[in-house]
Amino acid sequence: MSSQFQVVGTRPVRHDGADKVTGRALYGADIQLAGLIHGFVLRSPHAHARIKRIDTSKAEAFPGVKAVITAADFPVTPDRIVDLGEGDTPLSYVRGNMLASGKVLYKGHAVAAVAATNVHIAEEAASLIEVEYEPLPCVLTAPDAMKDGAPILHDDLRMKELGEATDKPGNVAEHFRHVKGAVEDGFQLADKIIEREFSTATVHQGYIEPHNATALWNNDGRVLVWCSTQGSFVVRDVTACVLDLPVSQVKVTPMEIGGGFGGKIPVYLEPVAALLSKKSGRPVKIVMPRQAVLEATGPTPGSSIKVKIGATKDGRFTAAQATLAYEAGAYPGSMVGPGAMCVFAAYDIDHITIDGYDVCVNKPSTAAYRAPGASNAAFATESVVDELAETLGIDPIELRLRNAAKEGTRRADGPKYRKIGCVEVLEAMKNHPHYKAPLEGPNRGRGVAVGFWFNVGLPSSVNIAVNADGTVNLVEGSTDIGGTRTSIAMQAAEVLGLPAESVLPSVVDTDSIGFTAVTGGSRTTFATGWAAHDAAQDVVRQIKERAAALWETTADKVKHSRGVYSCNGKSATFAELAAKLGETGGPVVGRAAINPRGVGGSFSGVITDVEVDPDTGKTTILRFTSFQDAGRAIHPSYVEGQMQGGSVQGIGWALNEEYYMSADGVMQNSSLLDYRMPTSLDLPMIDTHIVEVPNPAHPFGVRGVGEANIVPPPAAIANAIYRAAGVRMRRLPMNPPAVMEAVWRKP
Amino acid sequence: MKWFDYSAPSSLSEALKLLRENSQALLLAGGTDLLVQMRAGRKQTDLVIDIKNIAELNQLVLDASGLRLGAAVPCYRIYNHRDIARGYPALSDVASLIGGTQIQGRASIGGNLCNAAPSADAVPLLIALGAICRIAGPSGERTVPVEEFCTAPGKTVLKQGELLVSLHLPPPKPHSGAAYLRFIPRNEMDIAVAGAGVSVELNNGNFQSVRIALGAVAPTPLYAKQAGDSLAGKPVNDACIQTAAELAKAAASPITDMRGTAEYRRHLCAVLTARALKQAIQRAQEAK
Ligand SMILES: Cc1cc2nc3c(=O)[nH]c(=O)nc-3n(C[C@H](O)[C@H](O)[C@H](O)COP(=O)(O)OP(=O)(O)OC[C@H]3O[C@@H](n4cnc5c(N)ncnc54)[C@H](O)[C@@H]3O)c2cc1C
Repeated sequence: MSSQFQVVGTRPVRHDGADKVTGRALYGADIQLAGLIHGFVLRSPHAHARIKRIDTSKAEAFPGVKAVITAADFPVTPDRIVDLGEGDTPLSYVRGNMLASGKVLYKGHAVAAVAATNVHIAEEAASLIEVEYEPLPCVLTAPDAMKDGAPILHDDLRMKELGEATDKPGNVAEHFRHVKGAVEDGFQLADKIIEREFSTATVHQGYIEPHNATALWNNDGRVLVWCSTQGSFVVRDVTACVLDLPVSQVKVTPMEIGGGFGGKIPVYLEPVAALLSKKSGRPVKIVMPRQAVLEATGPTPGSSIKVKIGATKDGRFTAAQATLAYEAGAYPGSMVGPGAMCVFAAYDIDHITIDGYDVCVNKPSTAAYRAPGASNAAFATESVVDELAETLGIDPIELRLRNAAKEGTRRADGPKYRKIGCVEVLEAMKNHPHYKAPLEGPNRGRGVAVGFWFNVGLPSSVNIAVNADGTVNLVEGSTDIGGTRTSIAMQAAEVLGLPAESVLPSVVDTDSIGFTAVTGGSRTTFATGWAAHDAAQDVVRQIKERAAALWETTADKVKHSRGVYSCNGKSATFAELAAKLGETGGPVVGRAAINPRGVGGSFSGVITDVEVDPDTGKTTILRFTSFQDAGRAIHPSYVEGQMQGGSVQGIGWALNEEYYMSADGVMQNSSLLDYRMPTSLDLPMIDTHIVEVPNPAHPFGVRGVGEANIVPPPAAIANAIYRAAGVRMRRLPMNPPAVMEAVWRKP
Repeated sequence: MKWFDYSAPSSLSEALKLLRENSQALLLAGGTDLLVQMRAGRKQTDLVIDIKNIAELNQLVLDASGLRLGAAVPCYRIYNHRDIARGYPALSDVASLIGGTQIQGRASIGGNLCNAAPSADAVPLLIALGAICRIAGPSGERTVPVEEFCTAPGKTVLKQGELLVSLHLPPPKPHSGAAYLRFIPRNEMDIAVAGAGVSVELNNGNFQSVRIALGAVAPTPLYAKQAGDSLAGKPVNDACIQTAAELAKAAASPITDMRGTAEYRRHLCAVLTARALKQAIQRAQEAK
């Protein structure tokens, strides 16, 4: 592969590196504007309550206060169903999560907002807002919320069942089913069947930068927004929709982003800041306190999952069945859909039935989190597969290989795989020195697991302008949460035959580039990279025309190879031709606006060694190797970085992270001290092994790599704990007290 | 956070005068508890009195009478002090355990004690070492043993107008050693689920005297007197250590919360006491 590419597969310094390491990069909270004032959001102390009355008069009269708003300040429009990139939702739910009206549905739910000359005044004034609540009983888990007689969050919610609207009220927004073959027949063929129940706690993405938004409702009627988001066009469209404005009236400038992982897709603050700006006539900045980030932005759902798998003596899976109930939080839309698509995605099984339930509970409305829904599901499946391997006496990787999904395997939810790398990932695991290394010492164990996540296409736009010095400016709309500026620029550089450093990428505002969908679904290097490839080809085509003009020939006679253009013995470099654009017809701008298909999902795997302290139940990760099919690693260091990041988040999810709720629905650990994400002292070096099974549909073979890496860690760690301590942990997190208690109760 | 006045007196008498005149005033040593609590709205005041400029509260003197540790001395000064590392290695351990590097640049042992958290890491060790609190107030000075200082979560014996001036630790005895161990789910930046501080004095392979104290398993840091006394005169062996550990466990009255269940915490008391005893014994055996 070495000579196939010049830029792709190398490791240049990232274009935003200097700004980031010197602290010059500008984040949302850095925004300063003339006349800027500061907003503070008043939040509900109750997990579930009716709002009987809100009196803002004392806050309005407080010196320094410039505006106070509640849900009553939203424009009055009839409720309707809107699709803002995350499926159909009533507009009232979208607005309701920004500022509650009628009821509060979780502790921390926004109720009102104040803008004042400084944030301390705003905060104090907010405490003067009188809200009269009628507290209601709350319900905090999916199994409880599905019971008859459970407190109901939305009186107007009716369950959608197996694709049909019903008139069933309750907390279950949807029940769906995927069927492949006849599952009961499949279980008849099995020699061994294992069925287990699992549950996972609500966890947060844990990005370090809190949500923030600055908005100016300008005198010309346009709303200008600066914020931290994974999708500037999402913010534009949601803000416009909620404020009943045409999209062109909102301009969103995405600032640098200090982490998102899916959690910076939903919009919380921007319309609120805009309404405060409209009322005060001043630009308004809101920065969420950490407690609000944990209590009121979307974590990933807690879940209850049942998985049953049957296998023959020689390790062939005959049937699999799963029931997944995911907590949506306050509004419908948990990640049970993708969870159900992923639960058996790594296996070729003839008979499958999967039931999914999307259940509202009195917790914050959930959001995407890195392969949303898949880690929960893989925790269940991969634990059962491990147990089957043990029971059947087959090596756990070998058992997976015997059943691995391949090109042509049809998933239970419908699609047939094109070329995929499941087998290749498993082979890489089997042959890795880590798997062959002996693991010695007491209380130690090794676990493995695999996982799958999709990759989405969606629209992306890229413009490339040629500079006279032989460099190009690349303009794109994908906010950069993982080094994508560089991986996109590298794909343009490869086409142009330029070094990566000669492509200068910028992420720009929504006025300055064509529509570009959210940075999510591991799509950015795939789709915006593809657009960069196409835009670069457009540049090459135009440069050929310019060379042809100079050499008095036609463009089709001009050849291009690695940045050198030639025809009939004449040749010129890209830089030489760029210097002559003035005399050959003026500026050259290449462009591409695409909506690509041909996405290729990514498989991942983990081998980990742990040690469990038999006296305290504490698990130490001794060694951890992450495997992933990248299709083609454009910038291997960033692929490795994604694998390491996903692994670390998966380790946190497995061992200590959870929303620890009181019975009345108050998160007890809403600080980074008590919401225990792993620190550097809790982790070994995460080793990585990139597998490359190129995606045939993509010009460079890219598969999305951002997410699949978080899928296997919890299951792999559970399987390792079993071998170290003899207990099967079926509940996340597997924190020291939980492991200790399991050891005590070991039969 | 509401606005407040700030005053940084340079003498003890000035600080006491400010405290007398201002019954709502709050004292700030490192501020690593206080400012967090004020920002969270758990404490409010019109006046913060910074005590870091007062000489008596910043003294760090090691002599024949033991260690005089000013209440405001930050942790980094403790663990960077060679003689403390030699004479009171467990105190160095605790000073480098609280928070991280940035916190240790400000946080004081006095603040750790006066904050009166049941989980405060320095307190079980101070109890085990037999530290005495020197308190100054409107009616002069008084002393209180550390084990009597905290009275409830966030509450101490300090009366209106009083402040903690310093802590006094007796000089280390020959053949003695001390240790503090806490259990946290992570490896740093965490609040103790349970903690055990012990000091032992050995005599020809037997325990001469032992003090054991526990953290995070009762409303205040807990002096487990019976557990320590049970070892006096006993041989140094696993069985005796285990007996003391079980007595420590029996003394605990923990609650169930996000950091662990009561059952788990009780279990940890025994585990940590035994482990801390072993470490202290090793130190005592290595000591001259
Ligand atoms: C990130 C972080 C990590 C932490 N980790 C730990 C940890 O691992 N272990 C641990 O035990 N603690 C930890 N803490 C808590 C805190 O750092 C310690 O309790 C520290 O020792 C407090 O000392 P201080 O000097 O900062 O106290 P301050 O905050 O200044 O004061 C604490 C309290 O004592 C009062 N006070 C202070 N001095 C006196 C005095 N001389 N007389 C009377 N009253 C006084 C103050 O009014 C206040 O109420 C952590 C805190 C943070 C922010």
